[in-house]
Amino acid sequence: MVRIPVTFTVNGAEEGQFVEPGALLVDVLRDRLGLTATKTGCGQGTCGACSVIIDGELKLSCLIPAGRVTGASIETLEGLAAGGAPHVLQKAFAKGFAAQCGFCTPGMIMAAKALLDRNPDPGRGEVVEAISGNICRCTGYEPIINAVLAAAADLRAAKSA
Amino acid sequence: MALDLTRVDSASRAAAMLAGDPTARFLAGGTLLVHEAGSGAGEIHRFVLSDGLGFDRIERNAGKVTIGAAVTMAKVAADPALAFLKPVADSIGGPAIRNVATIGGNLFAPAPYGDFAVALLALGATVAVETAAGEKSVDLEAFLKARSGHRAGLVRSVTFDQPADGAFRFRKVIRKHPRGAAVLAIAAVLPATGGKLTGVRVAYGAMAPTAIRANAVEKALEGKALDAAAIDAAVKVATEGTKPATDAQATDWYRRQVLPVHLRRLLAG
Repeated sequence: MVRIPVTFTVNGAEEGQFVEPGALLVDVLRDRLGLTATKTGCGQGTCGACSVIIDGELKLSCLIPAGRVTGASIETLEGLAAGGAPHVLQKAFAKGFAAQCGFCTPGMIMAAKALLDRNPDPGRGEVVEAISGNICRCTGYEPIINAVLAAAADLRAAKSA
Repeated sequence: MALDLTRVDSASRAAAMLAGDPTARFLAGGTLLVHEAGSGAGEIHRFVLSDGLGFDRIERNAGKVTIGAAVTMAKVAADPALAFLKPVADSIGGPAIRNVATIGGNLFAPAPYGDFAVALLALGATVAVETAAGEKSVDLEAFLKARSGHRAGLVRSVTFDQPADGAFRFRKVIRKHPRGAAVLAIAAVLPATGGKLTGVRVAYGAMAPTAIRANAVEKALEGKALDAAAIDAAVKVATEGTKPATDAQATDWYRRQVLPVHLRRLLAG
């Protein structure tokens, strides 16, 4: 089997792998790099469990051949915690019981981070819109929306302190 | 998935590769084709990438708008000069989909998807297609009727006349809020001159395998004032020419039942 080199930055660290040309980014992240927070859900762009941030934009890693993102900067959930301390979004999800089974949580948090990176003071409707491509089947959306709003408030408070 | 990714430096080179390999597909956003390749349903063994070909630009010239095939829904939604298309672009998928889903790819989306193509059909768009024999311009309605045949080439861009302010209307009916696949979609361009509609174009989505023109509705409205009588006449013939499918969003019966209701609401503004 022919393999192609792919190199990109994941959570600030440069990574290089030889992969099959059609290998999907989600599989490379999980199976080659051990970054298993990113989930394979529907595999067709419907559920959002594989959401990552690529060059600042939220994208679905199940729909992207890894060979296409050579040179890109990729953020996954594993990159959020700084120095072992959970990210504000992670704290808010835990505190607000916004994760039950947890399968959708990494995608939800990455979708929320993509929102807060460009809009630190979102309204409820903007949060709903931001996670509209992410499906949750057990927690329910209300705690998730509330957690994102709480995290946004915490981030603003930390910035102004 | 055993397939090759091929980068090319020109559209003509891409077209030559596609013409010479029936298992090759031109890949823009990948929201349709990557899954299709992975499922094995499409016999796809090569992706010719749109990256770096300059298809990601929006241009305006003498009242005409040209949108490159690789322009994303997010880019359309963010363009103030295309504000009338923002509701269309925003209605497609969630943010992660809109960051990659392209205008060119939407022309190939099967019902109940392909809402942007509905808008483009109402706008009277033409499609610039690159084939191994060169570039040609194809009316979108003709393009959609022969859609599978165009896989031997690639879409470079779509072009349409900028509609007069307020002339464009769009309505998408969904069951999963805030975003979902269409029960049906309606787009209309309703230009008025001297109080009379002239050059009416109405298109439906999810009412046939591809976006279609609502010819009977257009005929009922053309030359009339957009008043209650004209709307009644249009609504009476709303379902003519439609062949909706039954899918997870709705039955064919339901789609036919609610189409007149939503057409009336769209026309009534």
